[in-house]
Amino acid sequence: MATSSFADAGADLELVGIHKRFPGFTAIENLNLTVPAGSFFALLGPSGCGKTTTLRLVAGLEEPTAGQILIGGKDVTSTKPFQRPVNTVFQSYALFPHMTVIENVAFGLRRRHVGDPIAKAHEALRLVELDHLAARRPQQLSGGQQQRVALARAVVNRPALLLLDEPLGALDLKLRRQMQLELKTIQTEVGLTFVHVTHDQEEAMTMADTVAVMNKGEIEQLGAPEDLYELPRTVFVANFLGQSNLFTGIVSETTSDTIAVDVGGNRIVVPKSRAARHTGKVTLGVRPEKLSLLTTKPEAVAGRNVIGAGRVIDVSFSGVSTQYIVEVPSVGPIVVFAQNLVFGPVVDRGAEVWLSWNVDHGFGLADDPEAGPRFPSDDDTVSIATQKRTELAVELED
Amino acid sequence: MAITAFTGSATVQEVVPRKKSWVALVLLLPGLLYLVLFFLVPLVSLVITSLEVPSATTFGQYESAFNWQTYGTVVGQYGTQILRSFLYALLATVFALLFSYPLAYFIGVKARRWPILQGLMLVLVIAPFFISFLLRTLAWKAILSDDGVVVGALKALSLLGPQGHFTGTPAAVVFGLTYNFIPFMCLPLYTTLERLDLRYLEAGNDLYASPFHTFRTVTIPLSLPGIVSGTLLTFIPAAGDYVNASSEFLGGTSSTMIGNVIQSNFLVQLNYPAAAALSIILMAIILIIVSVYVKRSGTDDLL
Repeated sequence: MATSSFADAGADLELVGIHKRFPGFTAIENLNLTVPAGSFFALLGPSGCGKTTTLRLVAGLEEPTAGQILIGGKDVTSTKPFQRPVNTVFQSYALFPHMTVIENVAFGLRRRHVGDPIAKAHEALRLVELDHLAARRPQQLSGGQQQRVALARAVVNRPALLLLDEPLGALDLKLRRQMQLELKTIQTEVGLTFVHVTHDQEEAMTMADTVAVMNKGEIEQLGAPEDLYELPRTVFVANFLGQSNLFTGIVSETTSDTIAVDVGGNRIVVPKSRAARHTGKVTLGVRPEKLSLLTTKPEAVAGRNVIGAGRVIDVSFSGVSTQYIVEVPSVGPIVVFAQNLVFGPVVDRGAEVWLSWNVDHGFGLADDPEAGPRFPSDDDTVSIATQKRTELAVELED
Repeated sequence: MAITAFTGSATVQEVVPRKKSWVALVLLLPGLLYLVLFFLVPLVSLVITSLEVPSATTFGQYESAFNWQTYGTVVGQYGTQILRSFLYALLATVFALLFSYPLAYFIGVKARRWPILQGLMLVLVIAPFFISFLLRTLAWKAILSDDGVVVGALKALSLLGPQGHFTGTPAAVVFGLTYNFIPFMCLPLYTTLERLDLRYLEAGNDLYASPFHTFRTVTIPLSLPGIVSGTLLTFIPAAGDYVNASSEFLGGTSSTMIGNVIQSNFLVQLNYPAAAALSIILMAIILIIVSVYVKRSGTDDLL
């Protein structure tokens, strides 16, 4: 068996043209993905976006309808799960209830006939600081402890690829933060390739080297967390990863390296390199913390965008920062995060303000604002009714 | 607070409320009364009977005494039948388990996606209970009789000599026992397998265990409670069974079980002390076997 030795380093994972259809719906549509060896890769997306299915395909627990899965350059598409150099930390942990903690951790080693499995299992338990509970049964441990046993049980096998299926989902916030740091430390220490599935954007951004944002079975955008945050490509990414203020307008002038867009009478400039579309109707965005709030109309300066005047309609204090919602006529509400450099809010509700930001902080999205939503939202009753009506109309025409 | 969750090594003790309540006692009373009347009294009466000596004057009459030699006599006289009973019961239990496990696994695990099929198959497992146990065994006697299809086929295949029988042989008795106790084996197995969390099997597969190894190291241990209760429900009644081994059904003189001996001593030979002593010996042996078995299988962890 090819898996009978420890991997000295992580292997890269390649998904080529993966399709996965279940009876009644398509979970994954033409997925192409490369995860470089030794990286911490996060698959981020809302529930039902196909991220867990992707993980199960890599683990071999599901078979793709079409496409290829390569681990370390070897095609494993038709390989059985127990023959793949892959281990999973399951969302439910799935620790064997009839075995002690140490037997759980030694399970994979015994199956591969690795010498001295118990000693190696103890070593793995020391890594997650649970060696003193080795003789316990999993159900005698707390959720956080079980999670770490599950991690030890997977890591001890030194798989070329470690899959994590929302393993921190059941933990409370503080424990989750602590486990995030520990996971990251362990990954750096053992140098394996980690593929982490999560719906928590903060978790993905703090832990991963590369984040892929998934939506409806497709990858929306892939890149380093900073890049995804600072330069989202689509409306979905801009809203799923942090908050964004989005404006729609028509490109009014173009220079060699910038475009200017008319948004409700305000001229907004964005560098061409940060805009995906350069003509027609476009959607622009800017992160709320990039905006500065001014109580007097600023002088027009090259390199800064100004919107105003608007009226503050809501102020909420959250410790580190204060969130202001500013209603600008013919633009809509704009969210501003202002750091609390002085005590308390700077302006009160009802105040007249102007908003300004550095031109280089704006971004232009790839979505076509004319096309309407690419995916009709499925929780909206109006959209369901519309869809049903169009379906019915098509049927009647036939 | 989160830190203490990791360092916590203190044992968790369950707090059991100790409330003295007369309601509980009143609720227990009917059950206790029933047990005293229908279990304790007959048991004591059985022990007394086993120690009686024959009356000097009339046949079939006995006088109270303390004649414990009866125990030695019956063990000497019927040792073969006692051993044979446990051997047959063991064989029937093993065959019933081998037959029921795949069946229960299919109904409880594979058929989960089709609840209607699951329900239908369960009904089929229970269906034999709608017909009397005696009638079903008699039906088998007819099927397995010398001029029946089975014996004919066995003769044609030269697996049975031209003068061969199937009824009356030990094989027929073990067959009858296996057949009659399959539902008792199948149902407890089904209830544990139906609750089997398939994610454990996925975890086993993920940890390099082939389906066979996963079955051996994960599925079987997790279904052990069902195996233990199923084997007990089969083994105990099978060891004392007197219908299948009776010569009026599937048995013969060479396959008499201890149940038949007790029956004949009680109802034909009117040797009540011997029958009572045999009953008590049977009960004691079963009790010992069962307690050793339950202790060895260590299922209390899983229950």
